[in-house]
Amino acid sequence: MRTFSLKGRLVIGTSLLLALILSILPLPELIAPFRPDWLLVTLIYWTIALPHRANVGTAFFSGLMLDLLLGSVLGVHALALVIPVYLAAAQFQRMRNYSVWQQAFVVGALAILNKLLVFWAAYVNRDIQLDYHYFWSIVSSMVFWPWIFLLLRKCRRQFALS
Amino acid sequence: MKPIFGRGPSLPIRLALAVVASLVLIIADSRYHSFTEAKVYLNSLVSPLQYVANSPRLLLDSASTQLMSRQSLLAQSQRMEQELFLLRDDLLRLRHLSQENQRLRDLLGSPVRFDTRRMVAEIMAVDTDPFSHQVVIDKGSLVGVFEGQPVLNEQGVVGQVISVGKTTSRVLLITDTSHGIPVRVARNDIRAIASGSGQLDRLLLHNITRNTDIREGDVLLSSGLAGRFPEGYPVGRVSRVGYEEGQPFADIRVQPFAALDRVRYLLLLWPEPQIIDVDDAVPSPAAEGAAH
Repeated sequence: MRTFSLKGRLVIGTSLLLALILSILPLPELIAPFRPDWLLVTLIYWTIALPHRANVGTAFFSGLMLDLLLGSVLGVHALALVIPVYLAAAQFQRMRNYSVWQQAFVVGALAILNKLLVFWAAYVNRDIQLDYHYFWSIVSSMVFWPWIFLLLRKCRRQFALS
Repeated sequence: MKPIFGRGPSLPIRLALAVVASLVLIIADSRYHSFTEAKVYLNSLVSPLQYVANSPRLLLDSASTQLMSRQSLLAQSQRMEQELFLLRDDLLRLRHLSQENQRLRDLLGSPVRFDTRRMVAEIMAVDTDPFSHQVVIDKGSLVGVFEGQPVLNEQGVVGQVISVGKTTSRVLLITDTSHGIPVRVARNDIRAIASGSGQLDRLLLHNITRNTDIREGDVLLSSGLAGRFPEGYPVGRVSRVGYEEGQPFADIRVQPFAALDRVRYLLLLWPEPQIIDVDDAVPSPAAEGAAH
């Protein structure tokens, strides 16, 4: 039983680390605004699939890592991830029953919440310049959701996590 | 089915804890800067991820050097040799001038200035916060980088270090909205503060009255007044002087000399630790350590 739980942690941890690296990987100027919110999407998948393993705490700590990587004020991304992940965790049974495309819209709504929270936290701290490109990633998160969903589900079944 | 959240507090309580913890962190970090020392360790903790994210570009770079043709390499080396020759010539004159300057300062009884320690750093290709202008560089506290350290490139002032890890550190660019740098106009020594505008090609001079003698094309140098940036490095050129009727102050825009959107190599500067009096026959060890 213990090794089993260790394996689960390893798989979830690795996928979150990959998501973190993908979120700071430099992209060409042209497509950079369309970078999906990898971390949020990965967290939402694990929260829906295995809510007893990954939920608010996981979101909090990976958010802190993202803050350190991006150099933003400590706690901003943690706060912005915790609330959408809580909503997903509270409604995980309903989310599981949706089709993948319906789920994509829910993910889009959660991504909007995430973006607004980050924006708000930056806005109360300092004066900032908002570029409307900032919100494109919501669309790409929705478009990428089905593929990430299938990939992570394959992962979960491969390693027989429950 | 397995009981969800069998152990530990219930989900809403977890949420409340996490939200309170993040709010406390945000306030402590942004208002009181409480984590300056802890951040060195935290930054070092995540720096492996930054190196991984940077590695694709390193691979591509090395591939492109491998694939360079012999002819273009030869041409490049020839061009560089010529450039080096010209620079060496300049250096001869510079050495003479600095000696002369030193002697004149001696005569005037003003403090002698020492050369400062410098180091080249490379910008790592990692993305940063969308709301601030920062870059990550590949040098950290292991080589002596410190918070508030001035950063330049061959064109002019770039910014200052805002947080340090063991092997990486973060540089705030002069165009960030939270950054200001004391400058003076090279033509007539008028002092001002150039604050960032949030756009990579523009700084702003606030609170300059309309009749101040600043014109388009004036060159701004760092004035060294705040003690953070050394004196005399080029910052930017005034690109627009305008005013609207009814506004008390002029609207002055400055274009930074450093092309901040395509910098690759930066120069870290260790400013002179203290100004040595000429009467002091023996300079302090700290000053000697810095005078390389």
